Order: sequence, then C-alpha cells, then structure tokens
Amino acid sequence: MRKIRTYTEVGPGGSSIPEQVAAQGDRLTARLKDIRSVVGIASGKGGVGKSALTANLAAALASDGLRVGALDADLNGPSLARMLGVAGARMVAGEHGIEPPMAAVGVRVISMELFQDGDDAPLRWRGPEADGWVWRNVVETGTIRELISDVAWGELDVLLVDVAPGTDRIGRLLDLVPDPAALLLVTTPSEMSRRVVARSVRLVREACVGKVGLVENMTSWECPNCGTRTDLYEPAGPDLSGRDGIEKWGAVPFDPRLARSTDEGVPFVLSHPEAPATLAIRELTARLLGELEAK
Amino acid sequence: MFAERQIPGDGTLAAVFSCPSCEREMAMLTNPYETQLVSGLDIKIGGRTVPEQPMELLRTSLDGARPDAFVEADASPAAATLAGDVPIAGRLTWSADALERLERVPSFVRGMVKRIYADWARERGIGEMTPEVMNRARTELGLEEM
Repeated sequence: MRKIRTYTEVGPGGSSIPEQVAAQGDRLTARLKDIRSVVGIASGKGGVGKSALTANLAAALASDGLRVGALDADLNGPSLARMLGVAGARMVAGEHGIEPPMAAVGVRVISMELFQDGDDAPLRWRGPEADGWVWRNVVETGTIRELISDVAWGELDVLLVDVAPGTDRIGRLLDLVPDPAALLLVTTPSEMSRRVVARSVRLVREACVGKVGLVENMTSWECPNCGTRTDLYEPAGPDLSGRDGIEKWGAVPFDPRLARSTDEGVPFVLSHPEAPATLAIRELTARLLGELEAK
Repeated sequence: MFAERQIPGDGTLAAVFSCPSCEREMAMLTNPYETQLVSGLDIKIGGRTVPEQPMELLRTSLDGARPDAFVEADASPAAATLAGDVPIAGRLTWSADALERLERVPSFVRGMVKRIYADWARERGIGEMTPEVMNRARTELGLEEM
C-alpha cells in the first residue's frame, strides 16, 4: 500500500516557510511595540472625507505635542502625502527601516504616492497580466504589512491609519493590527452612506474592537456672510450613533476651503485655526485623546 | 531537502528537493499564478539566503515605481537589514565595471541590491566588488529575481 506522508512528517524541505511567516509577524509586533496607540480611520463608504479628516486629525494631534504617524492604507487611491505636503519627498532606507518623510508639525507620513511614478499612475503589480484577482489581494495585504513593519516610525504616541473604502479593508487592518486602540467610522448624514457604514459598524462589533467612535462629516454648511448654518442633507432616518453601542464622537461641518487647503498640502486646522470645521476637528481630537487615555 | 531553484523567466518556478539519504530528487513546478502567490506572501522557496530588506515585497513587486523614491543610502554594512545583524567590519570598493552593472538595476531597488551584494562580499572578506564577484553572489544567493 502506498504510504502518503503528511506535511508534518516531510517538513518544509529547507524553505523554513513557517519561520519566514513567523518572522514577518515578529517584525510587525516589534514595530507596534513602539507605537502607543494605533487608530484606524475607516468607513466602508468612499468619498466621505476619511483622508482629509485623517490629515487634519494628524496635524491637530501633532500640534498638541504628540508624536504622530499617518499611514495611508488606501493603496489604490493614495492622497495623504499630498494632503500633508510631502508629495515627491524622497525616502532613505535607514538602519531601522524606511524613514518616513516628516510633514507639517512633525507628522511622519507614508503613502503609496511616495513610491509611484507620476500623479496619475494607477497601482500595478508585477505578475501575470491576466487573472490578477488570483494573487493581487495577497500582495496588497503584504504591502500594508510592510508599510507598518518596515517603516522606521520611531516611538509614536499615535499612528493614524487611513483605511481604504470597503468593509473588507477594515477586516484587513484588523488582521494585521487585531487590537487597535480606537477605530473612527466616518460617515455623512446621507441615507446611502449610513447604510454602508452600518455594515462596518456590525463588522467592528463582531470583531470586538474596543473603542469605536462615529464621526459625521460634511454635516452642514455655514454661510461666510451671515453665519447661517444649513444642513447639507435632508433629514434622514435615525443616525448610527447608539447602534450596537456606537457613540458619535464628532460632527464636522463642510467647508470648501478645507478641500482647497488639503489639495495645497496645508492641513486646514493649521491654516484656518478659527474655522468651524477646525473647531469641530479639535473637539474630535480631544474626545479621541480622552478615549485613548481611558483605555 | 531543498537543492536548487530555477526561475526560467516565463513566470514558472522550479524547485528541486533531494533526499539526504538516497539522493533521489523530486522537482516542484509551479505555474505563474502559484509563483506569484508565493512571492506575494514574501516567502523564499529554499529559505532566505539574505536578510529581508525593508519594503522588499513592495520594491520588488510594484510596477511603475518612482525612480527617485529613495535616496541611495551608503551601502554600510547591513545598514538596512531588519534582523538587527551586527555590522561586519571592512571597507568594500566597487570597480568601475561593477558600478556600471549596478547602474542597470532599476533605481527603485538599486540601493537594496547594492547592500545585498556588499554584505555578501564583506562576510567573505572580499575587498573589491567586481562583475565576477557579483556573478558568484547572484548564483549563491539566488538573486535571479532581483
């Protein structure tokens, strides 16, 4: 009778595959040890302003004296480097990994934008041209792992991770960082956005993420002439706060200058310190810090 | 045990394993998708011959990389390895031919490749990097994909 040997009997044949995978995990763990709090900024829905919020939160936290890193985990639509004013910066492979460019008020930034040639370069990987769906997810998850573990972040108080749209991308972050200090779920008051974000709420609850806060973005618009506030959306159904124990941590009004400011690489909270949107982001920052302290 | 790896260049990968007792050989052949999956996991068939470099997966996988993304750091001993290796003493010079050959390596990974060659040479007490030394290192380290 033919004897079929198992993997346990044969072993990896000298490739040390389990050890190689374990080494990747060890590097990730070692890097995370120097980071006090990892905070994900996610949604599930695209176009709700996650990246602009991440850039401004990073600047607000850093201007409060914290050591802050900003990781753009949106590989296909990176924007954080530009928003924080370090687009085109060059990186050095230093003793402890890739040294991230330093943005305004000392925020350390890493983004695919810094690795790609040209502003309009689509994300492409070397590999078989056809049927990329077979392997692309594996490469992209590995890349996000490297963006955390192979960057010389140094000691950080907070690492903000701008998570790409898609509920599955939140799961991808949780695979790599199973216990983030907090997760902000960004939505707009639109019914469509709330429906999509509700799926993310359920996912993070099922994953037992401890601190989850809801942020409503683009809630209203304030007339620069008379100061009248107008809701940007028709009153929709009940908002998501309270759902599955999720609290609303902040509401940020719309301001067209915020988009312009981030396009120019200057965080709005620094260029317009008295604007209503800045004050709202500062309030959100204070709430976030309070939650992190209470951890 | 692992004996040999071949990457013919058509996306396939062949790994040869031999029995340490009777020397019987068995080959594993992967199709391009399997090869890509293995490299996407950042796994080296046959084990790692050089310490993992920072962002190795991204730097070797990204198509359309920015040529000037990195300031080419001096290839100081094990400067950018991630395993915390102890630097090895000794100065290494590069011949003009070796530098010319290095110039043909895409700039996005050039610094990383230079460091790998330099560390290999220093570990063997080699004082000058030449194309011949690079060939030896390339064969020994299995750098076909770099």
